[in-house]
Amino acid sequence: MNRFLDSDVFYAFRTSPVAIVSLIVTVLMVLAAVFAPLIATTNPFDPASLNLMNGFTAPMEPNAFTGESFFLGTDDQGRDVFSTILYGLRISLFVGVAAVMLAMVIGIFLGLLSGYVGGWTETIIMRAADVQLTFPSILVAMLIFGVAKGVTPVEYRDQMAIWVLILAIGLSDWVQFARVVRGATLVEKSKDYVAAARLIGRSPLTIMIRHILPNVLSPVLVIATISLALAIIAEATLSFLGVGAPATQPSLGTLIRIGQGFLFSGEWWILLFPACTLLVLALAVNLLGDWLRDALNPRLR
Amino acid sequence: MTEPVLSIRNLTVEIPTRRGLFKPVQGVSYDIRPGEIRGVVGESGAGKSMTGNAVIGLLDPPARVSEGEIWLNGRRIDQLDAEQKRRIRGGEIAMIFQDPLTSLNPLFTVGEQLVETIQLHLGLSSSEAQSRAIALLDRVRIPNPEERFHQYPHQFSGGMRQRVVIALALCSEPSVIVADEPTTALDVSIQAQVLDLIKELARERQVGVILVTHDMGVIADTTDEVTVMYEGRVVEQGTTSQILGAPTHEYTKSLIAAVPRPQVKLHRFPQVSYGGRETAFKIEDLARNWDRSTASKSGTLVEVKGLTKRFLAKGAILPSQRSYFTAVDDVSFDIKDGEVFGLVGESGSGKSTVARMLATLYPVDGGTVTFDGEEVTGMDAKQLSAYRKQIQMIFQDPFSSLNPRMSVGDIVAEPLVHHKLLSRAEIGPRVRELLDRVGLASDAYRKYPHEFSGGQRQRISIARALATQPRFLICDEPTSALDVSIQAQILNILKDLQEHLGLTMLFISHDLPVVRQMCDRVGVMRQGKLVEVQETSALFEAPKSDYTRELLDLMPRLEQLSEEQIAELRT
Repeated sequence: MNRFLDSDVFYAFRTSPVAIVSLIVTVLMVLAAVFAPLIATTNPFDPASLNLMNGFTAPMEPNAFTGESFFLGTDDQGRDVFSTILYGLRISLFVGVAAVMLAMVIGIFLGLLSGYVGGWTETIIMRAADVQLTFPSILVAMLIFGVAKGVTPVEYRDQMAIWVLILAIGLSDWVQFARVVRGATLVEKSKDYVAAARLIGRSPLTIMIRHILPNVLSPVLVIATISLALAIIAEATLSFLGVGAPATQPSLGTLIRIGQGFLFSGEWWILLFPACTLLVLALAVNLLGDWLRDALNPRLR
Repeated sequence: MTEPVLSIRNLTVEIPTRRGLFKPVQGVSYDIRPGEIRGVVGESGAGKSMTGNAVIGLLDPPARVSEGEIWLNGRRIDQLDAEQKRRIRGGEIAMIFQDPLTSLNPLFTVGEQLVETIQLHLGLSSSEAQSRAIALLDRVRIPNPEERFHQYPHQFSGGMRQRVVIALALCSEPSVIVADEPTTALDVSIQAQVLDLIKELARERQVGVILVTHDMGVIADTTDEVTVMYEGRVVEQGTTSQILGAPTHEYTKSLIAAVPRPQVKLHRFPQVSYGGRETAFKIEDLARNWDRSTASKSGTLVEVKGLTKRFLAKGAILPSQRSYFTAVDDVSFDIKDGEVFGLVGESGSGKSTVARMLATLYPVDGGTVTFDGEEVTGMDAKQLSAYRKQIQMIFQDPFSSLNPRMSVGDIVAEPLVHHKLLSRAEIGPRVRELLDRVGLASDAYRKYPHEFSGGQRQRISIARALATQPRFLICDEPTSALDVSIQAQILNILKDLQEHLGLTMLFISHDLPVVRQMCDRVGVMRQGKLVEVQETSALFEAPKSDYTRELLDLMPRLEQLSEEQIAELRT
């Protein structure tokens, strides 16, 4: 711990107001998402607790019929927007983190493999990556989502939607991890400590995992952070297009989709608050990633 | 005595860091007269390059000159603004960098780069500039200058490129040239030519030269005056013969004493003991529980026959279209049990490739390697594992041979863990013992490689190599990345290992004096072929091949020192 507090990265963090603010915002968002059931005033996923009469209540104004007042207003179903945002944040963050993890695991594995083994293995993996990059990742995600939706039985669709989202975003995002890891692996592979490990008789798998992997992780960390912002946005985009999280378990993207239908009829709060939340979250994570990239790259200091 | 072209007075450079001001150069003063070469010598981190950079105004911010004055031709230049400094740089002061690969722009022909510089500084017409550039190329002895003028840097060899860099430095008719380790990246034979050229040009054009180097041999060969630096301060300066012949400061004495001599074979390398950085190496303890394996049956441990390695130069799908570069061509030698066999040669001669083939890091393309009567080429995985337990390697670059993300304890333990030589509980104490024996403090176990200096890292490498109690140690230029004082320590450790543990060694080096001290027999390699193999003393006294003779002649020597003086320094 002392070593961390003394390290250059921590020093760079301490002296960067942008990094501190974005970390605080990110942490607050994560905490709000994790403790959503404790903070939220209602459970928007529970249809029994909703009162349709509360629909379209403006923020901070009592409802004309029931007299109830909501902090950020309600949507067309009478769901409290504040509570829905908290629960939506939960889904958005979960999908984002899980998708990045999936992409990271696939990307690191294929990148290490192609970088270390080389030859035909490398050619096949990297050409596959190139082909995937020619399609916009949102298109790939929609394709995977469509196929997955087609093969799951109707009654499970809503439950499976989240997992399919993770799979779709994760599979569309592994390429950049694989590329970076491959490049770094090529550099590390030629270093003498790898030769020393081979001389001891270590197997290629042990060398890849024990020796090379820890040395290629810092660029991966940077991409993972920036990817997280992109994955959250990708999830929102998919949900906005109606192929993501279902309306019964709305993510931030779903809320924006619901809200945009009422924007021109004057119910602006249903769109604005989820959109702002998404904006702030994505911006904070992105700034954090940018800062991390600079801090871990001594040449930019 | 003529007026100095450049004088440095009490120069101090400081770098503000998180932990306060760091002063890499403190109170340095010296003068350079026209036509004079001043050597600035010291270990890495002594501040010698930083002084040179301060003179040409190329200090990387936040480093800055905090005190002192720099005078050039009677004008004070350290306080000029960036624009004026830029005009002086490359004009009145020119620079020769260490690496000729990176100091030329690969996208322009050599001629274009010369003409541009000449026009910029002398304002000649392009045809005048061109004829001047060709004359300069001719002057730095580049053959066919008219033709070479239109070629790109990659078409020149390392030595030729450094000549072009020298020509480039001369373009603006400077009064001072700062040469920062100009020959460190070059082979011995080319080094001698480049140094001769610098010497000659300095006299001819009356240019003052600051020659920054860590090599005492270069100092002895080339310079008129010497400044010895240690930890940012000048410890001694004077004429070269005075400094080398009668050094007064302890550090200078130890530095000179530490240079390996080609003339005589000594039992141990004299160590630089200045600054109390010498640490003991407890070889006797190590010998006590060293499991001495039985000597090989025939007295010959390693036998190499017709070893060949080809690298793909041009790939193609059809095998007939491929072309190969033969890095090692039909090399045969044998290494006796308990012997140190040296392999010398210039860069690209294939000596490291031989080492890597012996270590099974490269597959063999032809020929056989036999270890203790068993053929290594063609062993199956299980036999290879047994072979690998008996051989170990020490690499050239101590900064890349240790995994930066593993603790030193884990690094040294890895061979033990892999070969399952000890139980889990025994490994810890054993590793600590090994680290202790190579002279590292006991807290080294938990530290990471970046916390150690180059010499200490090389000790860690040695500890790792000794963990499996190997019989055969391959040393691939183990000290060429180290300072001369550290070099002596590491070489002594290796010598002790050989003596007390009866280790057989393959010692690869381009440094002939070191080979003279270390090896029993030496093989000389050139362009992938083994030119000759001889007993060390025979090779140095009566080389059989012309190539070896040439190499020996080019070796820089501290010839201004007589043997008595050296003996005196050692006491």
